[in-house]
Amino acid sequence: MNAEARDGAQTLLKCLEAGGIEIMFGYSGGAALPIFDALETAGTKIKFVLARHEQGATHMADGYARATGKPAAVLVTSGPGAGNTITGIMTAHMDSVPMVIISGQQVTWMLGKDAFQEADIFGITMPVVKHSYLVKDAADIPRVTKEAIYLATSGRPGPVLIDMPKNVSQGPCDAPLDAEIDLPGYNPESAYEIDSKGVDEVAAALGQAERPLILAGHGAMLAHAGPELKELAETARIPVCNTLLGKGIFDETHELALGMLGMHGTAYANKAVCEADLLINIGSRFDDRIIGQPDKFCKNATIVHIDIDPSEMGKMIKPDIKIVGDAKVVLTALNKQIKPLATESWLATLEGYKKRFPLHYKIQGGLKMQHVLDVWDRLTESSSIVCTDVGQHQMWSAQFNKTKAPWNWVSSGGAGTMGFGFPAAIGAQLGRPDDVVVAVVGDGGFQMTLFELATAVLEKLPLKILVLNNHFLGMVRQWQELFFDNRKSGVDLEGNPDFVKLAESYGVKGFQIKRPADIEKVLTRALEYTDGPCLINCEVVKEDNVFPMIPAGAALEDMITEKPRHKMEKPTGST
Amino acid sequence: MKTEIETTDHPATIVLPQPEYPLHTLSVLVNDKPGVLARIAQVFSRRGYNIESLVVSPSAQARFSRMTIGARGEESGLDQIKAQCNKLIDVISCYDHTDEAVVAKELALVKITVGAGQRGEALQIAEHFGCKTLDLAPESLVFMVTGDSGKLDAMVGMMQKFGIIELVRTGKVVMTRGNGLT
Repeated sequence: MNAEARDGAQTLLKCLEAGGIEIMFGYSGGAALPIFDALETAGTKIKFVLARHEQGATHMADGYARATGKPAAVLVTSGPGAGNTITGIMTAHMDSVPMVIISGQQVTWMLGKDAFQEADIFGITMPVVKHSYLVKDAADIPRVTKEAIYLATSGRPGPVLIDMPKNVSQGPCDAPLDAEIDLPGYNPESAYEIDSKGVDEVAAALGQAERPLILAGHGAMLAHAGPELKELAETARIPVCNTLLGKGIFDETHELALGMLGMHGTAYANKAVCEADLLINIGSRFDDRIIGQPDKFCKNATIVHIDIDPSEMGKMIKPDIKIVGDAKVVLTALNKQIKPLATESWLATLEGYKKRFPLHYKIQGGLKMQHVLDVWDRLTESSSIVCTDVGQHQMWSAQFNKTKAPWNWVSSGGAGTMGFGFPAAIGAQLGRPDDVVVAVVGDGGFQMTLFELATAVLEKLPLKILVLNNHFLGMVRQWQELFFDNRKSGVDLEGNPDFVKLAESYGVKGFQIKRPADIEKVLTRALEYTDGPCLINCEVVKEDNVFPMIPAGAALEDMITEKPRHKMEKPTGST
Repeated sequence: MKTEIETTDHPATIVLPQPEYPLHTLSVLVNDKPGVLARIAQVFSRRGYNIESLVVSPSAQARFSRMTIGARGEESGLDQIKAQCNKLIDVISCYDHTDEAVVAKELALVKITVGAGQRGEALQIAEHFGCKTLDLAPESLVFMVTGDSGKLDAMVGMMQKFGIIELVRTGKVVMTRGNGLT
């Protein structure tokens, strides 16, 4: 055997490394044995992190990517191992997060024969991947790996799956490591050649506008368009609201920032949308959580849609001016034509709304999630990396944790995946070891993936796990209270463990917050604790509601800022 | 594939669909790889759209296949379907040729039940439509008819009086006229 002799698995790892993959999360199993062996034999620098469940591994890779902008890989075995990644792949797909998933597979001659741990993961994942491969010839590994990373990270990013039969990974591969990409149907480079006519039209529309508003989404983040966005807003004096995933692309503490819009967005952001005469959407897909009723959304405004994905144009909202392209390139071109606008009175109106309809909560009457999050925001000067799960705590975190910089907010938006927050925080902390990372989780979602505590301990991550424990599935309970005569069905989490004891059994430091007076003291101690992960169990009031709220399918004008006295109609819009 | 055929009662009746929406014809150039058809089909099925006809065949370049897809539905949904098809990595191009200058042809094989008494009339009708007689048996005939879909519909309609045993249609294939790309 010459020095270059390698098998498919070693080739795979060398190609992943050459493609820039630094970290891999996963779980071993029979069909992936050759690849796990190659982690020992290929001399790879890729760090492998053993999760406790394949779903956790995918969310870790997801959190890593959202906190660093770099893709991570996931390595799992065939059948149930691959099946357990579906939720994580779907979550990444919905939010355009780059990820490369490698699944072991039965040997090629057993494909389709219901062999042990055989699942058609290529077929099962098809609707939730950007692209996928079933590799039947080891000679294809260098090309497939290079294409997978390129596809995952370019254009509109997304997850790419490589299904790798065991005989392919185990068999010899003498193909050169550097292969040519062969993707005749894929041209993300076109996003950098933008339609200058559209840019001219936006500039002209801005010249006419009295009440312009920028809506900044995840696409602006993925394009690294923060500086250009800031220049546009500051030069032209345009207020900026952001989506949930756009948190941080424009400093939420900036005087022009209105924070998050939409179903549980700030009242002033939603009022701005209702009153704007020009809306410039930069990299948001007009998700149903932010537009409410599509035909009433921003109906008096000229709507500009800037997006890298042509299929988003007119999908939800028909724009008056559309520009398909990379947000950074588009804004760079637009900024050349921008002059200061006379928006003083518009900004004064919005300033008035900020004063009249601030985010608020009552400190009295028990421990509130909002209060805990508000104190956390103050103690960390809005500079920690906040990774949330899904539910009430997520919305309150979005409201009270101001995000000042890109890549500091990690949250499952489109998919709304419970169980995401904690493993995503592990990935984020691994990608940003020197930053303060907090997993903001509810007692419901945390219990879906809490076994990753072991992973956090083994990696000695100084991660903070803030369990906002109301012993309820709070968001569903809120809907039942508002729309279903307060009939509580399937929301009582009776049977919760003692989270502090549970944490301690994993070797995780546990803290307890039971009274508002304890918040600052305990959070300070948790922030000072850096010997490994710590968990802060917050026994918050059982029943509380997130406001403002736009009932699903209602128009933004129909926003409510407190619980109405009368019974509300069941929402007929999306869930 | 909405055309339902009843072969139990004679004379057989062809229940042609009563279309609510006009037929769209998409021409999709794709990589010739496993799974591509499934990816395209999912773009339709996820949105509850039915594929009415589908022709997959080699294209002028060996590495690409040509799919010609007939589908009906709301315009906005079809616009999304086209955009989503174009977004697939394995799709090179996806055009909707619905109101364009194209040549469109289809082929059908029609098997009818016919005894000696009616054979002459059947052959006469077939000749009118330019059919080829592919099989002539004591109790049945198989005709091949080509042309645009309307001509095929008419031919099938005329043959109903004899009793249609089986009907196989290829689905429409289209090509743009002049220099336009299909």
